[in-house]
Amino acid sequence: MIVDLQRFVASEERYWREIEDVLDSLEKRMERSLSLEEAKRFHYLYQRASSDLARLSAFPFEPGIRQRLEALVARAYAEIHETRLKPHRFSPREWFFQTFPQTFRRHARAFALAVIITIVGSAFGGLAISLDPDSKSVLMPFSHLQTHPSDRVAREESRAKDHMEGHKSSFSAMLMTHNTRVSIFTMALGMTWGLGTIILLFYNGVILGAVVCDYVLAGESRFLAGWLLPHGSIEIPAILIAGQAGLILGKALIGRGSPESLKTRLRSISNDLVTLIFGVGLLLVWAGIVEAFFSQYHEPVLPYSLKIAFGLIELALLSLFLARSGKNSSGKVMKGHEAESQHA
Amino acid sequence: MREEKTNTLIIETPEGISFSLLLAGPTTRFFAWAIDLACITAVTSTLSALLSTLGLLSRDVAMAIVILMYFSVSISYGILTEWHWRGQTLGKRLFKLRVVDEQGLRLQFSQIVIRNLLRAVDAMPFLYLVGGVSCLVTRRAQRLGDYAANTIVIRSRPSLELDIETIAAGKYNSFRDYPHLVARLRQDVPAQEAAIALQALLRREGLDPDARVALFRDIASHFRSLAAFPEEATFGLTDEQYVRNAVESLFQSRDKTSSQSELTHDRHGDIIL
Repeated sequence: MIVDLQRFVASEERYWREIEDVLDSLEKRMERSLSLEEAKRFHYLYQRASSDLARLSAFPFEPGIRQRLEALVARAYAEIHETRLKPHRFSPREWFFQTFPQTFRRHARAFALAVIITIVGSAFGGLAISLDPDSKSVLMPFSHLQTHPSDRVAREESRAKDHMEGHKSSFSAMLMTHNTRVSIFTMALGMTWGLGTIILLFYNGVILGAVVCDYVLAGESRFLAGWLLPHGSIEIPAILIAGQAGLILGKALIGRGSPESLKTRLRSISNDLVTLIFGVGLLLVWAGIVEAFFSQYHEPVLPYSLKIAFGLIELALLSLFLARSGKNSSGKVMKGHEAESQHA
Repeated sequence: MREEKTNTLIIETPEGISFSLLLAGPTTRFFAWAIDLACITAVTSTLSALLSTLGLLSRDVAMAIVILMYFSVSISYGILTEWHWRGQTLGKRLFKLRVVDEQGLRLQFSQIVIRNLLRAVDAMPFLYLVGGVSCLVTRRAQRLGDYAANTIVIRSRPSLELDIETIAAGKYNSFRDYPHLVARLRQDVPAQEAAIALQALLRREGLDPDARVALFRDIASHFRSLAAFPEEATFGLTDEQYVRNAVESLFQSRDKTSSQSELTHDRHGDIIL
């Protein structure tokens, strides 16, 4: 036990100051790493502060000192026992061309599941609209889709002046923010063990299937492809990736067949979720610009073949990017922990 | 065994040391969020007013900027402030709250992003009902975003020293002239007894007059049996004043004690175990 508290504090103060300085510098510069000697010293200081705290706990009359020491030990504990990859300087280029597509591929099965759910939803929507055309108002809650497709095509193609004039930018901004919100929500609903994500993906599929079927049955396939492909070829995969993130979250919560604890599972996917949702955000910015400035113009202003070709090229590039970008020479995709150990 | 809900999270390190963190409840967090919401509104409305006043851009572009700005500010406010201030937004700073890692480890950027993006679910169906209920039922008062990100929100401990200062504000403590007796008192009074005396002083105004006299008489007589201060130090002191002096001497911080008693020590002397 401590017999003379004042002497104890006086003799330990310099060690506390020293560990405080190390902690300050570590916290100020995230990318800083300690040399072996520094790490050894830091560990010694941490153990010394820990034992000081243990001694002080039998001496409750110095709440100020105890609180200070407790805070010091807590901070040092966070540094000493942190085993996750330390944040290094962020490189947007590396993140976009390597981290994002690699993360996407690592969870390819979740993406495939998102695609399947959307396809099932589309089939349902398509079937519903073809068997029961009256269900249009329920399946497609958008006013501009309520009229007969041929009427809309005739109206769009007969416009004499630029109908988007004066609100292209705000429309684009509205699309970007709305779609990003929906994507974030799709991912966040993964917290319902993935159920909410599945429902949202299915619902999106229903709307998509119903619209496509409606226009195809009316013989307006060319208009449809020209209207949807330029932005849809990016926007729909983006929503699917958000669904992928939601399903990853749901899977981590369920954790069936995994020997890891729930906390560990959640911890291990956190970086991937952030990467995917930021990627989705970027894709949606592009889709928003294309939808407002390009998709809304039809023949005779823009030939459908050009719009369809543009959409297909986008889709091909996106597929190539997600499938190939950031692959190492052997073509092997690194798993999360492998990547971490390589960095370390 | 089912762990009970508590307002304190105790983290035990592999070295056998434990430190505790006070968990923040949903009400305080709700107020902090209200402040944050006010900040977001203030920032966006100021910027949009500025844009329209300047009139440099067309109405369409200005509107687009306002939409994007509102979106970015509302999404990034929590992420950037919590990253910059290590787990605190303006509202949290005001209410002395802080987001920390659930295991006491370093807070990661991805954790901050996830807990902020999952607000979308916590805010459902209105006014953070899902998040609030989740805070009430989970053991560590976590909303769904915290749960997914492995984070908790803690509040700073109220300063104990402040309470003691309030008790002894402006009062002369005759015990200070007898540092050796104060030292004996500090050594002989067990922690629990000292805490009882402190609590009695903090709650004294709420006590029934008779109970107050009886309580302080008991505590004072116990302290007297442990360290007998000379008569000139205790002359004219009521039991309550006696306990107040004793508590102040027990809890007073080291710096004040040493400056008051003008004790000099060998600062390089080692400790005696």
